[in-house]
Amino acid sequence: MRYSSKLFYTFAFLLLAAIDSAPESQAQGKPFILLASTTSTEQSGLFPYLLPLFTRQSGIDVRVVAVGTGQALKLGEKGDVDLLLVHDPQGEEKFVAAGFGVDRRKVMHNDFILLGPAGDPAQVREKKTVLEALRAIAEKKAPFVSRGDDSGTHRLERRLWKKAEIEPSIAKDTWYRETGSGMGPSLNVAKEMLAYILADRGTWLAFANKGDLKLLWEGDPILFNPYSVILVNPAKHPHVKQKEALVFMNWLTGADGQKAIAEYRINGQPLFIPDAGKN
Amino acid sequence: MLSIIGLSLTVSLTAVFIATLIGLPLGSLLAVTRFPGRQGLIILLNALMGLPPVVAGLAIYLLLSRSGPLGNGGWLFTPAAMIFAQTVLVTPIIAALVRQVAEDLWSRYRPLLLLDGVGSVSSAAMLLWAGRFSLVPIVLAGLGRALAEVGAILIVGGNIAGVTRTMTTTIALETSKGNLSLALQLGAALLGLTLLINAMVQFLSQLAKRLSP
Repeated sequence: MRYSSKLFYTFAFLLLAAIDSAPESQAQGKPFILLASTTSTEQSGLFPYLLPLFTRQSGIDVRVVAVGTGQALKLGEKGDVDLLLVHDPQGEEKFVAAGFGVDRRKVMHNDFILLGPAGDPAQVREKKTVLEALRAIAEKKAPFVSRGDDSGTHRLERRLWKKAEIEPSIAKDTWYRETGSGMGPSLNVAKEMLAYILADRGTWLAFANKGDLKLLWEGDPILFNPYSVILVNPAKHPHVKQKEALVFMNWLTGADGQKAIAEYRINGQPLFIPDAGKN
Repeated sequence: MLSIIGLSLTVSLTAVFIATLIGLPLGSLLAVTRFPGRQGLIILLNALMGLPPVVAGLAIYLLLSRSGPLGNGGWLFTPAAMIFAQTVLVTPIIAALVRQVAEDLWSRYRPLLLLDGVGSVSSAAMLLWAGRFSLVPIVLAGLGRALAEVGAILIVGGNIAGVTRTMTTTIALETSKGNLSLALQLGAALLGLTLLINAMVQFLSQLAKRLSP
């Protein structure tokens, strides 16, 4: 152990000397925080728009690691990031209750939508609720693409199937396919398979490879998609940059951040609706 | 964009440089020495050439995580972690291929070197020098692996914009966003870059060959 860490530091020293010349070196001196967030916030283009605004005002860099909500919570648990911006209320409550995170605040929401081929073989357009739409897909055995990656979207999708009293299994139901990847890659697959898929509106609006995929079902309150920010518990992980992280959380949930979120649009459509301070 | 290319090059070239520093002596020494377990080590080294990048990435992630044994340095999600990961991937390639080249030379020079009473370390160094032109494609193979790799650096680097985002992780991200033509263009740029580096090395190596006595 001691030997290996010595070896590592020798390594690291060599590396640092080399990296010093990298074009990124000017960013190294700036204070920064590590934020684990979901693929939807990154792939929808929200962060590339939002974070430079914050950095300009505060001088703090926000380094985003975009993964599924399940993995983001895991990164927080291990203390590998300073804060989280995620969208799985149940998982978040568990995370805070277990003492891994503190100071959970609402930031914004959008909604989930059901997409599918324009031909709509299961005729989900005519269904009254999203659960009925899912039942119709299962009945018709129309192809359905699931994220299968324990992300916030995947967790919601599994809950919806449960509520619809259908438990599609990848072993038995050949119409139900798990991609095990992010929202964008799964959309790429659904487009090619002419499959139905549950997606968050933000990623969908920003997605550039829509093909024959169409928005077929929206507007059920059950499809509400709230995002919260959580500070990784500094009592558990003393290296967490609490001060800088709080500056970001205050900005994000304050007037400037909320206004910036509301103003982020693609083709005139808002991707996220700010809702800090609401209950 | 330039900083992304710069980072790709910095990470991969540094990793290959370190891997060469380790791999050349390791491979050559393995060729000239005989010790118990040598065959096993060679088999292991050859097998590690096929180490899946995600596995290397995951292992290094667990090592560098704040909850892992080397977590105190805060190396995770930095270019240093990516260089570490690529070094782990490239070193076995260089060491294993160098061993083969050195061993072939060793069978030719062994009687001569043994007669002169040259020790293992000096023999290994001489073999490297004798085979220096054959080493060039070996290092290039390592560089190819490093530049093309995405699985490991995605995990340990986190694909952070402006900090750990390289050519390959950008291509993965743009594909995710459905920007397929942009992703393809970036892929072509990466391929062009690799071609350029290989052409340069080829040119320099020809030049050196002509100048050497």
